[in-house]
Amino acid sequence: MKFPYSETVLEHFRHPHNVGKIENADGKAIEGSPACGDMVSVYINVDPAKKTISDIKFESYGCASNIATGSIITELAKGKTLEEAKKITWKQASDALGGLPKIKAHCSVLAVEGLRSAIENYEERHGLVKEKKPTTVEIVQKRLKKVMNPLSGLDLVRTNLVKDIEVKEGAVRVVVDLPAANQFAPAIKEEIMEKIEPLWDVKKVSVEFTE
Amino acid sequence: MLKKPIYLDNAAATRLDERVLEAMKPYFFENYAVATSEFAYSQGIEAGEALERAREALAAALGATSEEFIFTSGSTESSNIALKGVALADKKRKHLIVSKIEDFPVLNSARALEKQGFQVSYLAVDSDGFIDLDQLRDAVTDETLLVSIQHANQEIGTIQDIAAVGKICRHKGAIFHTDATHTFARVPLDTRKIAVDLITVSAHTIHGPKGIGGLYIRKGTKIAKWMDGGFQEFNLRAGLEDIPGAVGFARAVELVTPEENERLQAMRDRIIERILAGIASTTLNGHRHKRLPQNANITFHFVEGESITLHLDMHGFAVNTGSACFSRSLESSHVIMGIGGDHERAHGSIRFTFGRYNTMEEVDAVVQTLTEVIPELRSISPLGKEEGKR
Repeated sequence: MKFPYSETVLEHFRHPHNVGKIENADGKAIEGSPACGDMVSVYINVDPAKKTISDIKFESYGCASNIATGSIITELAKGKTLEEAKKITWKQASDALGGLPKIKAHCSVLAVEGLRSAIENYEERHGLVKEKKPTTVEIVQKRLKKVMNPLSGLDLVRTNLVKDIEVKEGAVRVVVDLPAANQFAPAIKEEIMEKIEPLWDVKKVSVEFTE
Repeated sequence: MLKKPIYLDNAAATRLDERVLEAMKPYFFENYAVATSEFAYSQGIEAGEALERAREALAAALGATSEEFIFTSGSTESSNIALKGVALADKKRKHLIVSKIEDFPVLNSARALEKQGFQVSYLAVDSDGFIDLDQLRDAVTDETLLVSIQHANQEIGTIQDIAAVGKICRHKGAIFHTDATHTFARVPLDTRKIAVDLITVSAHTIHGPKGIGGLYIRKGTKIAKWMDGGFQEFNLRAGLEDIPGAVGFARAVELVTPEENERLQAMRDRIIERILAGIASTTLNGHRHKRLPQNANITFHFVEGESITLHLDMHGFAVNTGSACFSRSLESSHVIMGIGGDHERAHGSIRFTFGRYNTMEEVDAVVQTLTEVIPELRSISPLGKEEGKR
């Protein structure tokens, strides 16, 4: 038989490590969205004294490379300090898996981003953001690049759906170029809220639609 | 792991029937002449006769006469000739109509013609995959040159009412092409009863050889030659005739029986019923009854199709999915998106297509494997926990 993946990928795909959810996790993140393709959730518990990842779990709604990368990335991150874990790259994950097809990079990079976002989420929630940069339009835009446009499977920014961003005294206003009646409007709104609300100086997020 | 791989992707390719090979063999080893001229040497004349016998048999399968059928290299070429040949032949009408869920040869030929200045209407389909006949009626005008609506869909199997489409086209003087790649010999199509002008067919879906197909062209249809060369195929398609292929194609059609189609339909019905009843959160794609006898297409919610196909592959089953992760283009199935599905529905869609060499035991075996694989994948999915998934 001939499979399109390395033995290690297949092994992690068949028997993924660290699968599941951590209830009341210290940090968590969801990357991707069910409306447009692969999605991965990452949960971490952190040893507050050592600042190390004491427990990590993931869930995947994705293809083989997504599942295998989730499995390997959780293995690589376990026991590492937050700073070390943040530096884990897609290349390292891919190497540890014996190589991933290039075309599958976008499915597997989600898990790597998920880990970084879960750490960021922990840091934001625990007041550990070192340089507390005030939220700007650019920062909001960067986060919106992680919200998918289900109509195309690409992110909101790339597909020009973000019509306007306003940041004023802790209040963020995002205008999406879609009718409010669009079938995906509620899901998009919810995702935007999830991405922007954890920012340390944001008190209120409002999402508006053009019609 | 099963000993023999079980191939459930017969819409993509089929195993060649030995009897087809036997019919082809003499034209590889004994008489390998080409049918260039009836005034040539005897091998050439005999080869030409074999080609014409095959043509006659294939035309007859569509209720047509042999001068209405040309051989091509397969469905892709047939549909290209149909759309582009008609477009080249008519200088006045500049409007084409296709459905949004056509297979790529039709869809991309239409897009190519659009770039050449043709106006193309892409008809939407309903949740079962049917075009709206009223919408078609409104779309066809005196400017419409050609309407191309498939006989049945390649992914979800839905069979269109092409008799009604033909009537609408005939009324407005538009040429009607249908892609019958997946219905030929499986679902009746008689050109004496249906007002269709062009039909794409292929041998690869019915246990014939790959690389041979055909195009039915109703007498009087204005169509131009667009691949230049010799005068073969009534001067419509230049190139050396594939005589073994043509003979094999005719034999393949001959070997399909109504009983076989009933047997395939029984497999289709069984897999649909067993999966929908036995595995939670599953949706049938395409119409339940007005569908290809050999096709089932089901979405398994909360899981991704490539993961399912890989698991099934490791258990020895070959199936297909509409998931973006599986395709070369990394785009979700335009068909599932077209029936009002979202990426999520395409993401977990699996197509099972049956053929002559599949058995009911194989159907049961794949369902059994799915009842293990799907819950396993769902157990690692962040979705669907609240729906009481199994």
